[in-house]
Amino acid sequence: MLGYFGDFVDMATTERKPILLDFEKPLVELEDRIQQIRELAEDNAVDVSAQIHQLESRADQLRQEIFTSLTPAQRLQVARHPRRPSTLDYIQAMSDEWIELHGDRGSGTDDQALVGGIARFNGRAVVMLGNQKGRDMKDNVVRNFGMASPGGYRKALRLMQHANRFGMPIFTFIDTPGAYPGFEAEEMGQGEAIAYNLREMFALEVPILCTVIGEGGSGGALGIGVGDCLIMLEHSVYTVASPEACAAILWKDATRAPQAAEALKITAWDLKNFGILDVLLNEPIGGAHANPLKTTEILKDALQENLNRLLALAPQDLKQQRYEKFRRIGVFAEAHTVSA
Amino acid sequence: MSLFDWFANRRKADPVQPDGRERDIADGLWTKCEACSVMSYTKDLKANQRVCSECGHHHRVFSDERIQQLIDPETWVSLNAQITPEDPLKFRDRKAYSDRIRETQAKTHLQDAVQTGVGQIDGLPVALGVMDFRFMGGSMGSVVGEKLTRLIEQGTQAQMPVVIVCASGGARMQEGMLSLMQMAKISGALERHREARLLYIPVLSHPTTGGVTASFAMLGDIILAEPKATIAFAGRRVVEQTLREKLPDDFQTAEYLLSHGFVDAIIPRTQLKSTLAQLIRLHQPTPTLATVS
Repeated sequence: MLGYFGDFVDMATTERKPILLDFEKPLVELEDRIQQIRELAEDNAVDVSAQIHQLESRADQLRQEIFTSLTPAQRLQVARHPRRPSTLDYIQAMSDEWIELHGDRGSGTDDQALVGGIARFNGRAVVMLGNQKGRDMKDNVVRNFGMASPGGYRKALRLMQHANRFGMPIFTFIDTPGAYPGFEAEEMGQGEAIAYNLREMFALEVPILCTVIGEGGSGGALGIGVGDCLIMLEHSVYTVASPEACAAILWKDATRAPQAAEALKITAWDLKNFGILDVLLNEPIGGAHANPLKTTEILKDALQENLNRLLALAPQDLKQQRYEKFRRIGVFAEAHTVSA
Repeated sequence: MSLFDWFANRRKADPVQPDGRERDIADGLWTKCEACSVMSYTKDLKANQRVCSECGHHHRVFSDERIQQLIDPETWVSLNAQITPEDPLKFRDRKAYSDRIRETQAKTHLQDAVQTGVGQIDGLPVALGVMDFRFMGGSMGSVVGEKLTRLIEQGTQAQMPVVIVCASGGARMQEGMLSLMQMAKISGALERHREARLLYIPVLSHPTTGGVTASFAMLGDIILAEPKATIAFAGRRVVEQTLREKLPDDFQTAEYLLSHGFVDAIIPRTQLKSTLAQLIRLHQPTPTLATVS
């Protein structure tokens, strides 16, 4: 598993061919032009540093413009970016120590799509767990594209109850298209496994901090998402149903997904408006994958700050506050009946 | 006019009545069984709790009738009926959500997809929630979440068992993440009810799927299901896409869940009330010898 640590450092420090999203095209064109001018100038021994400087600042401006005005559908693309840092990347980059623990002690398998273990975070032992997507096609087969099975949710609960017994805070990292909708998953009680986590997470007496680092896909995300503090990275999304599924059901047309992404209100700002999100974290320009170490630093600081706040509460107050946090969510009208 | 013309005219008749309401099934004198095609006199079918006397098929039953079937006459007190849905996302698919709400309310005379209240089952007080599939497929948005949460909280406060009859396609997409969060909200209320050592029994009727399955439907101390009800997390078609082979015929039925250990018992509707009463009585404290004598 330490391979992941290596991988993460690798990602941050070595040059790899970037994977570009379609809306980054104008930026790429501009950067290509800068490169051309630079080469041309070198060949002809002309000084164009002033022009290059100007173009580079234009590129920075353009990048900023693009990434601050993403549509929900584009943000979804960033959230799903194959190079976006994953749960294990963050865990290993922000921990002093980390030991991964396996299995739910019942299903006879170990779900690789939901990982967890014990870490030392700024000197304190904490349980960290989350959905794990694959780095590449081969890895994604093992990780089932980050779609956990009932065994994954039961492993998560086992680890959370372990944390509760030993007084360790819990960090969960959410990044999944959804719980696995497969045959075995249904057979083994996908609904029951998620339901059980929802209820039992309300019973835990240690701080629970949940962070959406990429895709928050419906019940599959919520199954590790009941906590005292919900954090979202700027370009992550959280949805009741995937825009593709929603378009297929409500528009009877899966190609309407961008429209569904807009209508479903899936961005961090939307969730903040609805009183669901507590902390919105800005990512480095270009997204978390453009600067994973900087993103880790931002996330680590936010986790420590909010953990401090929650550690100050007595266990009963913590539970009470968690209950009230969810109790308040919902928008409805309440007509007061006129008494006769 | 020949008899055939009469049939043809009858078939052509607009199902929408002059007052704009769609004709209720109950208005039809005869009902054809979806399973065995036998025609039953609707009044008889209703008297048999909409269970086909020929083949035992359980027809859909909506909230008003379900409450009548389960609750002793004159004991039902409806709770929080004044809560109505809003359109916080200003959601529009092929139709605006606000229009959809208004039309469904007019058609069903319901405010949203659940009725809640307190009443007695064989003289035993219960907090009862009944979902109604007619209202946008029984989908769960803020209103369903709030009404069920209040019901469970009331049950905890009054030390009453809670029974919820489920019939739902899952979370209501038109209210986005607010719907998803209702799963957690209701589960939190159930955790408190459980902590108070009180009994909760969900009854899974056809269909119970998605976010309802992944929350309160599967959190019963004892889980009952109606015969042949579809009970699922992911829809059958979605599962089929992940699998190359054909799914078993009984996949995601109440019987399938029973044999896989996810429901406690399948109870025919005609025995549901007596079974609930029996279970509630079994969970009442045993009278001590002193109080008996």
